[in-house]
Amino acid sequence: MTDKILEVQGLKKSYNGFIAVNGISFHVNRAEIFGFLGPNGAGKTTTINMLIGMAKISGGRIFYKGKDLTNNIKKAQEIIGVVPDESNLYNEMNGFDNLCFCGALYGLPKREREKKAHGLLELFGLKDAAGKKFMAYSKGMKRKLTIAAALIHEPEILFLDEPTTGIDVSSVRQIRNLIKELNENGTTIFLTTHYIEEAERLCNRVAFIDKGEIIQIDSVEQLIKASRETNIIEIHFEPVTYDKTRLLEKLNEIFPGIECVLKNDSAIKMVSISKIDIAPVVNYLSAEGLFIYEARLIKPSLEDAFVKATGIEIDLMKKEKEKK
Amino acid sequence: MKSAIAFWNILLKDMKNYYLKPPNISWGIIFPFAWMLMMFLRTKTAFNIEEVFPGIVGMSILFGTTSMLSVTITFERKARSFERLLLAPISIELLITAKIAGAILFGIFNSIVPVLFSVLYFKAFVSSWAVLITGIILLSIISTLLGLFISVSAKEVFEAQTYSNFFRFPMIFLCGLFIPVSALPLIIRPLSYILPVTYGIDTLHHAISGNGFLPIGIDFIILAVCCFLLFFISIYNIRRRWII
Ligand SMILES: Nc1ncnc2c1ncn2[C@@H]1O[C@H](COP(=O)(O)OP(=O)(O)OP(=O)(O)O)[C@@H](O)[C@H]1O
Ligand SMILES: [Mg+2]
Repeated sequence: MTDKILEVQGLKKSYNGFIAVNGISFHVNRAEIFGFLGPNGAGKTTTINMLIGMAKISGGRIFYKGKDLTNNIKKAQEIIGVVPDESNLYNEMNGFDNLCFCGALYGLPKREREKKAHGLLELFGLKDAAGKKFMAYSKGMKRKLTIAAALIHEPEILFLDEPTTGIDVSSVRQIRNLIKELNENGTTIFLTTHYIEEAERLCNRVAFIDKGEIIQIDSVEQLIKASRETNIIEIHFEPVTYDKTRLLEKLNEIFPGIECVLKNDSAIKMVSISKIDIAPVVNYLSAEGLFIYEARLIKPSLEDAFVKATGIEIDLMKKEKEKK
Repeated sequence: MKSAIAFWNILLKDMKNYYLKPPNISWGIIFPFAWMLMMFLRTKTAFNIEEVFPGIVGMSILFGTTSMLSVTITFERKARSFERLLLAPISIELLITAKIAGAILFGIFNSIVPVLFSVLYFKAFVSSWAVLITGIILLSIISTLLGLFISVSAKEVFEAQTYSNFFRFPMIFLCGLFIPVSALPLIIRPLSYILPVTYGIDTLHHAISGNGFLPIGIDFIILAVCCFLLFFISIYNIRRRWII
């Protein structure tokens, strides 16, 4: 049996009658990265807030390490680290002091917290900014310091609420690598995100959440596997002049059972339930005078699984986020 | 031990970040000074220092504590850094005690200048230093707790700020700072009796002239009970309103 660090049963939250989280159940295994994937207003932050003791629970139970702490989350706070969706460190204090103060809140003696603070600043590449006031940090630096602050007491489980939203690409990459690294060192990670590729790349298990309900929950591989057993092949060629409509008509006629669509001027996408025999297709296209330089199998991604399960269009979700 | 480290560092951080900032320190000195000067100018001649002494000391404490509290609690709540404290594995009681300890100390600090000035320059006569010091401490505690009570009664931050000002100014007139409660019209006197600051000011009158409108023992008891009540009601409100 795997070791569950956190278990949630029928967790519910309503705000004056509005149900934000509707009786969700899941568990988080020790030393895994568990992801909550969902659009705006799905209930991700609300769920985290209940789990960390920042929101009252309207119903359900929360177990940490097998102990029912539903009414006493305070008892779990020692093993919890939290990175909220907005940085909440002290603006008027510098990076180093901020970390030391956070360490002190968990009762770390002075020498120890100073040592840890130096270590974390180093790890997050913030050494040069240690003496700078938090308010003078860039967004990415703020996020990194906020993560560092959540780690100073070496929590067993780290909650990350959209850790990579709204920061630059290189910081995103750095943060994702750090999350992986932390996890490899044994920290359990609970992360919310609306980036599918983030969930796919980082998480062991993922829950799709929408409108306060968990729609699907499984390991990333299982989710992808369960999402349509389809075969997708993309064929790329030099964009020479050819009659697009005629070519597609012909293809669909000669190869029944394969759905052919033009991806762009220089690529055709072929989708089929069964395996696709590429040779005849390539031969035919070649005979039609196209210069083919690539044909590849496209694996269905977590994105396909997510779209299928929730019916939410990814592009829409991204756009909504960016607006915010 | 762990709690002690957390407690001390919360207090230390507030002192470093807010209390020991030059504007606050000078405020604590200039503000009471300005009031005394105003009194002096108004009466033109030397005024009876024993009469205004409790008011000026009380005023310094009242404004010192409540304005600090609005920074350390209301402001931090707005900036969301207060959440960090609520997430720490320490009880809310300890956390709030640490937060108000700074404001109480600041109130006491603010009383030093007017006391010294009154005694050394105006040659005010203090009939009991022990009562004066106890009174200053109790008044600092009660006005801090009253400030806390007000700031946590509001769900929204801006409400807290409004409430705080709404209460602060009338208290100057209602709590016997400059006008004795007995000189107030009968209909508003009950308000004075409800406000615990009244009893804090009364202890200062005892310290100076040796008599107040209530026996000193009763003042102390009322203050102690009010402190206790305000503290626990505030904690209750924090649990109820801030963790929604
Ligand atoms: N304090 C509150 N009072 C009333 N409704 C709230 C409150 N907090 C959240 N909600 C509602 O609960 C729902 C879930 O919100 P939540 O913040 O958990 O979503 P989320 O999944 O974190 O979304 P996002 O991606 O935007 O952060 C939303 O419809 C939101 O409007
Ligand atoms: Mg959120």
